[in-house]
Amino acid sequence: MATLLQVRNLTTQFFTSSGTVRAVDNITFDVDEGETVAVVGESGCGKSVSALSILRLVPWPPGKIVGGSINFMGQDLLEMSNDDIRRVRGREISMVFQEPMTSLNPVLSIGLQLTETMQHHLGLSPAQALKRAAELLEMVGISEPKRRLAQFPHHLSGGMRQRVMIAVALSCEPKLIIADEPTTALDVTIQAQILELMKDLTKRLGVALVVITHNLGVVARYADRVNVMYAGKIIEMGSAQQIYHQPHHPYTLGLLASVPRMDQPRGTRLIPIDGQPPDLTRLDGGCAFRPRCRFAVDRCAQEFPPLENIDSGHVSACWRVKEINELKNAS
Amino acid sequence: MHKYIAKRLLLILPTLLGAAVLVFFLLRAIPGDVCEVRLAGSGLYVDEAEIELCREKLGLAKPLIVQFWDFITGYVVWDLGDSMWTGKPVTEEIGLRFKLSLQVALMATLVAVVIAIPLGAISAIKQDTWIDYVVRSFSIAGIAMPSFWLGILIILGLLIGTQHFLGTPWMPPIEYVSPFKDLASNMAQLIWPAVATGYRYSAVATRMTRSALLEVLREDYIRTARAKGMTEKIIINRHALKNAMLPVFTIIGIEFAFLMGGLVVTEQVFNLNGIGKLFVESVQAQDFAMTQQLVMLVVLIAVVTNFVVDLVYAWLDPRIRYA
Repeated sequence: MATLLQVRNLTTQFFTSSGTVRAVDNITFDVDEGETVAVVGESGCGKSVSALSILRLVPWPPGKIVGGSINFMGQDLLEMSNDDIRRVRGREISMVFQEPMTSLNPVLSIGLQLTETMQHHLGLSPAQALKRAAELLEMVGISEPKRRLAQFPHHLSGGMRQRVMIAVALSCEPKLIIADEPTTALDVTIQAQILELMKDLTKRLGVALVVITHNLGVVARYADRVNVMYAGKIIEMGSAQQIYHQPHHPYTLGLLASVPRMDQPRGTRLIPIDGQPPDLTRLDGGCAFRPRCRFAVDRCAQEFPPLENIDSGHVSACWRVKEINELKNAS
Repeated sequence: MHKYIAKRLLLILPTLLGAAVLVFFLLRAIPGDVCEVRLAGSGLYVDEAEIELCREKLGLAKPLIVQFWDFITGYVVWDLGDSMWTGKPVTEEIGLRFKLSLQVALMATLVAVVIAIPLGAISAIKQDTWIDYVVRSFSIAGIAMPSFWLGILIILGLLIGTQHFLGTPWMPPIEYVSPFKDLASNMAQLIWPAVATGYRYSAVATRMTRSALLEVLREDYIRTARAKGMTEKIIINRHALKNAMLPVFTIIGIEFAFLMGGLVVTEQVFNLNGIGKLFVESVQAQDFAMTQQLVMLVVLIAVVTNFVVDLVYAWLDPRIRYA
């Protein structure tokens, strides 16, 4: 598969009165055509900001992309003019946000919010756009699509609104959809439905999907590849198999040990990760996970470890990556 | 929607009745009445019997509850009584001045809306740039400057300006002419008070537009619109302004109701024979019949304006429309 999106050394910072927040710090990753990439990590680790950075939607002030490049189909999104990036947004790359309750405009009809992108990007006539909008609603599993088009967001439940958001995202047949915690605000049964729908539609339509989540179950089930982020950096990256079965970073190990898994015997103890994520305004040169890491050594405080190759496509940023399996078994 | 309108309409009646009770009894709680003001106002000796006779004639000698009953039933038979001071029907006295006051209020509102919404929007979009600072200074000045003082400046400016450029000083006409009869001379008289009051009015509305729009621009759905690749123009006009207009219309409604009865000093400055002036005169004369009808008129305008604002809300926001 050809590479669709190449993010290189992306760095986004927030300039606040209490200091510079290094929200996304020098991250590099690829997304291939049609694949699903999960970005996982705790709240505040830079997942959402990295997603917003791709479409240059980080609000300035206080946020600013200070370095790197984002190559999408041969063009650097960071070098584009404002008009050009606007033609990418919603057309080539679209987004689904976390809060279906607030992400749709309360005073505009579902129909208008669906058709405006198609009229704007594809030049459809209002009638054509409405016809396609009804088809899209049907596709995302909304009954009576014609009636829904005239309704407003408050008429719909949270799950339905997220379906509408997905329909909006798909409307211009983009190459890539970025979903920022698409199911966090929904209840559990709806979460599964929405994820199934996204997985199904993206596979069927050949759309690549970047899904940002802190739900490791989502990762196991839906992602081809996984990027694990901590304190603004990608600290481990690999296929879902590799991350799940051979995690090579103490943070990934900790994450996996802290959630229940169906493939583990019942009664296995869940082990939380001690401590708190660091303050992103006060990072030193060393590994940010060091204070919470059971395996930390002196070197961790001095230098940030580079991403080390473990297997094909599997990298981890830890000084003790070679000994991690023995360490894990010993503890 | 029909249910919503019906409910809002039905609420108007108890509001008016409450206002009627309040104004009727509060007026009569003040010591003295129109007869004392008229006969004993000069401080000379008056026969007590003469005052009683006057009260008898004006119906002030009747028990309060009977007077109140007459006041309320007056609306049913459309007899709002005669002025206790001039003896002419209240409706005639108010009618003379109402057109003028209404026109000034409408024109001031127009001035305010035309200035406030674009300026407030530009100020919010260009937040913390020089444009924003200019607009904010302009609107702060409007709030700080009393309308009557601005009115004095306008009149002086007109006099001095016309003297300088035309050779002879020009003053706005003093006589009110219906705009349907002679639009030019009507405007020549009323445009100045409309601008003087409209400026302060617009200042309040500009600030409200700015802050409401700034708040809306931080909403998630605006980020969604950006992520959809919409242009800034569409984002502001279609996605943001409609949401931001709700509090602005509230302010416009409140201000409009105030303009209908509250322009006492401004009317004085421009020598306008409006509702505000009539209000002050009738209060000074303790002309109960006139004062209570004037208060009821202002209350009615406030209530109707609120009703219209509620309808605008429903039109702007489907959550209200379908509730």
